[in-house]
Amino acid sequence: MIARLGAGRTRTLTYLTLIALVFFSALPLYYSLVVASRDNSALADVPPPLWPGGNFFANVARVFDTVPFALALLNSVLVAGSIAIAVMFFSTLAGFAFAKLRFRGRNALLLITVATMMVPTQLGIIPLYLIMVKLEWTGSMYALVVPALVNAFGVFFMTQFLSRALPTELLEAGRVDGCTTWGLFWHVVLPVARPAAAVLGMLTFMSAWNDYFWPLVVLTPENPTVQVALSTLAAGYVSDYALSLTGTTLGTLPLVIVFALLGKQIIGGIMQGAVKG
Amino acid sequence: MATRAPDRPAVAPRHRSERFSRQLVHRLDVKASPYAYVTPFLLLFCAFGLFPLVYTAWVSLHEWTLLSDVHEFVGLDNFAFLLGDEYFWNATFNTVSIGLISTVPQLLLAIWLAHLLNRPLRAQTLFRVTLLLPNVTSVVAVVVIFSQLFGRDFGLINWVLSWFGVGAIDWNAGTASSHVAISTMIMWRWTGYNALIFLAAMQAVPRELYEAATIDGASGFTQLRKITIPMIKPTIVFVVITSTIGAMQVVAEPLLFGTYSPTGGPDRQYQTLSLFIYENFAKLDFGYASAISWMMFVFIVIAAGVNYLLTRRSGGNLT
Repeated sequence: MIARLGAGRTRTLTYLTLIALVFFSALPLYYSLVVASRDNSALADVPPPLWPGGNFFANVARVFDTVPFALALLNSVLVAGSIAIAVMFFSTLAGFAFAKLRFRGRNALLLITVATMMVPTQLGIIPLYLIMVKLEWTGSMYALVVPALVNAFGVFFMTQFLSRALPTELLEAGRVDGCTTWGLFWHVVLPVARPAAAVLGMLTFMSAWNDYFWPLVVLTPENPTVQVALSTLAAGYVSDYALSLTGTTLGTLPLVIVFALLGKQIIGGIMQGAVKG
Repeated sequence: MATRAPDRPAVAPRHRSERFSRQLVHRLDVKASPYAYVTPFLLLFCAFGLFPLVYTAWVSLHEWTLLSDVHEFVGLDNFAFLLGDEYFWNATFNTVSIGLISTVPQLLLAIWLAHLLNRPLRAQTLFRVTLLLPNVTSVVAVVVIFSQLFGRDFGLINWVLSWFGVGAIDWNAGTASSHVAISTMIMWRWTGYNALIFLAAMQAVPRELYEAATIDGASGFTQLRKITIPMIKPTIVFVVITSTIGAMQVVAEPLLFGTYSPTGGPDRQYQTLSLFIYENFAKLDFGYASAISWMMFVFIVIAAGVNYLLTRRSGGNLT
């Protein structure tokens, strides 16, 4: 009985902590909405405004007047979308080969892939820029899309998933029925891989949407992605927080909506990727 | 519908050669197609992943700017200059300081949150989704939002602190205060993500261990210390190393917190190593920037190695 009582108190404490967690996770986002819906001068009030005001759409109009935000949105959707689709496809293809096909050098190649996941990407940023100068891709979306068409994490993720979820007997049965390897990939592997590939696609889309440093280096403010446009907004109008936070709200909202709808699957994917073998 | 079985005997005369060629195709398919499947990945990966890494080393041995087509070979001159460059050591100090302030509390908090979530609770999904919400927010958004919160005159944080009699802090100006502000942004964005990874590992720990411990009267905290942490050791090592690598590469936060200035504040009080690379990159001094990149890589390997040894050794008493 005493143990039960103690457990009840721990329970309350747990919930209180977790509610505090929700509060602190959501507060900055909520407050940026408050600022975004106010006139900039309202921010000088003491105490500061704590509820949304009625100025949001006026601020949105100012964002579109200040930076090419529509172009930025379009660029970001196209870039993140094509990267996500390419990563899903190439990772499933390579993951299938690594997980279920026998070929010389398989283990060595897989080991190299996993090892390079640990190497910091920024290390290569200067030569990558030099390559883009040579290809005359600086300022263009090719510079963002082409280097991101594949990544080691995606291949590792799909290899892990397929080696667990794809029964070898299914492949053998397909072979007996006269399927070519490509046929196996198309008719057997793809349907099995779909849920994991979808999670990988969403993760890739989110990270491509949020990618900042490389786009900043290689793009110009005239043809930006959302993140580059946001940083232009923030850098040029330091004291105009109403303007820059309206921008960040607009740039974050699409992802938050997607996440609210599919959060459960995305989280499942992250947790699955975390537990090895 | 009149479907007819195909007339098998019709193909009989060419049987042998056809079977042979079909076998050949089959063998080719089995032997060669795996390479075809991994080739797109490998080609792109080598061109845009591996090649730049190696090429950085080559560039670092040259006097290399974008303004001139002649790249003079200077051996290790860039590295020699680097070791005597006080800005480099300043950036190294800032990186380590921000790394420690952001990573240590973050990982402890993440383990604790995962521990709290690793039990039957109502609204489990809500809590998990909220955990990851900050991670969905982009770096740019995070820094803009927190720059407002950390504002000297009208920031929410100074307003709250003023209740406790703390005067208006100019977060951006001081070394320690700016490091705390930047670390807060990093923590806010990554704690939940790491908590989820810890949670995933915790769920793989056999329930019986906890049941036995509860019968023996072990408290929640003791169970965390004696069962959970030793059992999820590999995941802790993994997270510590990835966080170290991430902390060594912090760049967007100080860049944007200093409103786009690559020096990281007027006195370089929060210029990190990556930002130092970017500063020299923006000056088109690619040779020097590459040399810094390589030094950073050496630091990362050292830091990851030290952390690996530390986390493996400490608290490994699963008895």
